[in-house]
Amino acid sequence: MGTIKEIKFKMLSPQMIQKLSVMEVTTSEVYDVDAYPIDGGVMDPRMGVIDPGMRCKTCGEKLGECPGHFGHIELARPVLNILFLKEIKTLLTYSCKCGAILAKKEDIAKKPLKISSLPPMKVCPECGEKYEKIKLEKPSSFYRGKTAITALEVREQFEKISDSDANLLGIIGGRPEWMVLTILMVPSVTTRPSITLENGDRSEDDLTHKLVDVVRINKRFADNLEIGAPDFIIEDLWELLQYHVSTYFNNEIASIPPARHRSGRSLKTLSQRLKSKDGRFRHNLSGKRVNFSARTVVSPDPNISINEVGVPDRIAKELTIPIKATKLNITELQKYIKNGPNVHPGANYIVKPDGMRKKIIDDTKEMILEEFKPGYILERHMIDGDIVIFNRQPSLHRMSIMAHTVKVMPHKTFRINLCVCKPYNADFDGDEMNLHFPQTAEARAEAKELMLVQENIRSPRFGGPIIGCDQDYISGSYLITKKDTVFSKADVAQILASAGVENVELKKDTYTGRELYSFVIPKSINVSYRSSVCEGVDEKDDDYVVIKNGQITQGAVDDKSISPFKGVLLDTIDFECGHAAARLFLDQITRIISEVMARKGFTISVGDLDMDASVDLEIQKHMDSKFKVVEKLIDTFKKGKIDASPGRSQAETVEDLIMIELNNITNDVQKIIKSGAKESGALIMAKTGARGSIQNLAYMSGMVGQEAVRGRRIFRGYKNRTLSHFKKGDLMPLAHGFVRESFKEGIGPLGFFFEAQKGREGIMDSSLKTRVSGYLQRRLVNALQDIVVSEDMKAYDGTGSVVQFTAGEDGIDPSKSDRGTLDRTIHV
Amino acid sequence: MTEIKLPGIYDGMKFTKEKRKELEAKYVKMMYTPGEAIGVVAAQSISEPATQTTLRSYHAEGRTQLVTTQGLPRLIELFDARKIPKTPTMSIYLHKDQNDKVHAAKIAAKIKETKLIQIIDTDALDLVNFRIEINLDKAQVKSLEIDVENVCTLIKKSIKNINMTVEGNTILVEPKKEEMTIKDLQSIRVKVRDKYIKGIKGIEQVIVEKDGDDWVIKTLGSNFKKVLKMAEVDTLRSFTNNIYEIRSLLGIEAARNSIVRETLATMRAQGVDTDIRHVLLVADAMTSTGDIRAIGRYGIAGGKSSVLSRANFEETVKHLTNAAIGGEVDPLKSIVENIIMGNIAPVGTGSVKLKVKE
Repeated sequence: MGTIKEIKFKMLSPQMIQKLSVMEVTTSEVYDVDAYPIDGGVMDPRMGVIDPGMRCKTCGEKLGECPGHFGHIELARPVLNILFLKEIKTLLTYSCKCGAILAKKEDIAKKPLKISSLPPMKVCPECGEKYEKIKLEKPSSFYRGKTAITALEVREQFEKISDSDANLLGIIGGRPEWMVLTILMVPSVTTRPSITLENGDRSEDDLTHKLVDVVRINKRFADNLEIGAPDFIIEDLWELLQYHVSTYFNNEIASIPPARHRSGRSLKTLSQRLKSKDGRFRHNLSGKRVNFSARTVVSPDPNISINEVGVPDRIAKELTIPIKATKLNITELQKYIKNGPNVHPGANYIVKPDGMRKKIIDDTKEMILEEFKPGYILERHMIDGDIVIFNRQPSLHRMSIMAHTVKVMPHKTFRINLCVCKPYNADFDGDEMNLHFPQTAEARAEAKELMLVQENIRSPRFGGPIIGCDQDYISGSYLITKKDTVFSKADVAQILASAGVENVELKKDTYTGRELYSFVIPKSINVSYRSSVCEGVDEKDDDYVVIKNGQITQGAVDDKSISPFKGVLLDTIDFECGHAAARLFLDQITRIISEVMARKGFTISVGDLDMDASVDLEIQKHMDSKFKVVEKLIDTFKKGKIDASPGRSQAETVEDLIMIELNNITNDVQKIIKSGAKESGALIMAKTGARGSIQNLAYMSGMVGQEAVRGRRIFRGYKNRTLSHFKKGDLMPLAHGFVRESFKEGIGPLGFFFEAQKGREGIMDSSLKTRVSGYLQRRLVNALQDIVVSEDMKAYDGTGSVVQFTAGEDGIDPSKSDRGTLDRTIHV
Repeated sequence: MTEIKLPGIYDGMKFTKEKRKELEAKYVKMMYTPGEAIGVVAAQSISEPATQTTLRSYHAEGRTQLVTTQGLPRLIELFDARKIPKTPTMSIYLHKDQNDKVHAAKIAAKIKETKLIQIIDTDALDLVNFRIEINLDKAQVKSLEIDVENVCTLIKKSIKNINMTVEGNTILVEPKKEEMTIKDLQSIRVKVRDKYIKGIKGIEQVIVEKDGDDWVIKTLGSNFKKVLKMAEVDTLRSFTNNIYEIRSLLGIEAARNSIVRETLATMRAQGVDTDIRHVLLVADAMTSTGDIRAIGRYGIAGGKSSVLSRANFEETVKHLTNAAIGGEVDPLKSIVENIIMGNIAPVGTGSVKLKVKE
């Protein structure tokens, strides 16, 4: 099959329409009493078949084979093509009745696109006719001076414009008069199929309805012309025909009331079919539906590799892949046929060399087995190890679509490893994901080499890992590697075995957690860095991680080591030992951590939030003292003695100062909580970066603090006060959204009210933001999508011009780089 | 590639022979694969974090700082290539001999646009003598070093038919014309009050900040042209966030650099880590024609040569009708067109013109 090389866009000439047309539509009747389409109606079978079993009267093909054929309507009088209204106006303005151009040719040539900035000549250079201003009266009537110009006159004038003049005015490959329709093309019935409803009624397409309108008015118009009806009737009918033809092309013209369905819904005519998100372009052409895909809920499985995806067996039996039988694989394929379509590694179809497809069912499988020989193609089930493409919407970056290897499993959900949640942005509260099964060898090879999860560990955004351990894996990792954690030989053996670590010899009776951890770190790794639990200076043993020859000699391994974005250790393994090693490391370490966590147990409880009475007292005292400072500030302000900061009023200044004080309280309470909190699950999670922060802890067991709306304290509500519980003009913290209580002790009604305001703002913000940033993404991608790196490292855009002479200025692909550099350790 | 030269940032760094070899080897490995769709990757790298993180649009801390547009709104503003940003700001650096707090404060005061109203203590209509009496704030006049006589001549020039006389700390404004109503007098008062008397027009707020070893003047409002003319200003380091000002004063390369700087600064301020190369590409795409083109329907996307690609983005019908009138030909050379046609798009592995033998 040949490929389409280019597409030419042109206006159709009346002659061309006549030529393309197989019939003239002459009657507005659609079906006769027997519900058979009437000859010469808009559903005439000569324009294609839409009913199964019928044959096309033009080409004789069946439904699905016949592409449909155009018809036409001879318009009683010409009408303007509303889509070209702007151009018609320009042409009318710049051409004389005699067809001469009313502007200097050199001037037009100078600015071919901005002709409207040229004033038209006052007098026609050819015939000397005086120019009168052309006015467009919406929707589609033109006036020269004060006299109306009919579409017929427009057409006559345009006919006189010479080809070269038309070219000059920007009409290329067509004639200006073609913008005035004398004959209307009728699209084939296959373009506008009618739907048969359950009760046997036919429901016609919107286009058909519109065409019927056009034909009906056209007929009436022609009849009236023939009998020589009075001018005003002719004019009215002409206008009505213009309306119907206009709305047939576009039913959303600002100055025309849209043509409506009986139900009041406006009709979806030609323009509406193409336009916007659900139009032909974006809905059907740049996004297409596919076969060999599946969708279901995802759930976690910590025991499969990050490269794998657990596929429900019932999906595996539905999705197939064509395998060509050869002498070498025929015995394997025969096994699949024997299993049939209902037993898992089975097969659904065979394809004979002549292209005949045969469905395998339990009754026919014996017969098919006999017939099956090399050269036949078997469509076998998806089996373990097949490559599939996995996706979660919204597909915001390329890591939203990655290739996995299949692992067929029981039950109904897709299973994914927890480390790939981050790139997909998936959680398990009911998220669904899509799976696609590439069918050709090329597609599978590409998917495997370029899209496999391990190939995407390093994000192209910043050159660091996007896949890594999260949440409990971080707390667990810390618990294993913190100082003085010890495991017995038996435990180590079991843990390693469950993680799939093989070929290790356990010589010692006890192992430290760090030694256990080091079993899965490649031996060539040498790094050192500060860990997340470290607070400033490297005081404690846990604070600074040192890994020598793959052995952790010091430091606690937390989110700084293995999490997405930060994970230095993970990053180093990926960088020095390759993606496969990084994948193996992740697979094994997560299983070790799960195993250890299952043995040790890890939880948080309300008890974690209990602070010593002295801590609570300190917080209360601190708040009191700060409140006094604020009170003093307000006092000075009320006396008018505040020094206004430049460009701000005294009231604004005092507000700024109060905000600073109140924010300080929050920071100070955080510090108090941090030093006063006892070692607990919650604290470990916050400190290691597993989940939550000291701030969250402070909210729960210290105080909630200032609630801000739109970046400032809360002032909305009643006049000069937020609630009727306060005095008017009260500037004190409590009157403007400061909450002294903590979540654990429970916030009061007033605090609750302020908290609700803040919460509401957050929700509105995020729902608004997704829309805005979604559109930004669409625009950015659309603007940049055709920029591609060439073989000589240049970045070309779609028009073939160079955007960057060396892509990225140095040719470095961030997704292969060490955080955008050659080597992170070399500081520039 | 025959000769490997390390990226420019490593120029002038000393490496041992082995280390250099190692780095060169790494460099070659890190190069882009031909066919890589860097445009899409760049676009995604910028907009994906925009959807994920909470890109705040205002300062959470009520510090006495300039309130500038931040986060997502600022990003959109940059990519839309708005003529004037919502909050234009300048960062003005000073020459070495002026680089201290005292000088900076002085220059800041000099830059700030002052209107007469700001130095007025009280003003009133004197109906007996039919004139306006303006009492100036002594302290303000002194601290802003205002020459009152000068101010008067300046105002007289811009408002017709008035006479101004200075009496110590008071300015008397008398209309020259007879037959004035009180309403007219009032309108003169409003006009006079709002007169610009000092500083650079458009600079609403100034703040002096310490940035490392430097004293920087940050302004709200931008008039880069005037600032660059000031002798005290270190023109090499000062900048404005108004891309178009930079475009007209310093050229397209400078504008391109400022798009990069502004975008990176906006993203970094939100804690988003994005490789500079993505931002470079966006900036280059926006400026490669020599003019600033916006991301969106009136800029890059609307200026594409392919009809189908444009029709696919926005304003489908408009692009199709215009194509029909102009007799346009879509050569189907780029990505979207080929997806629409159902062909293999010329990116990545699709850019290789080899076929597997059936």
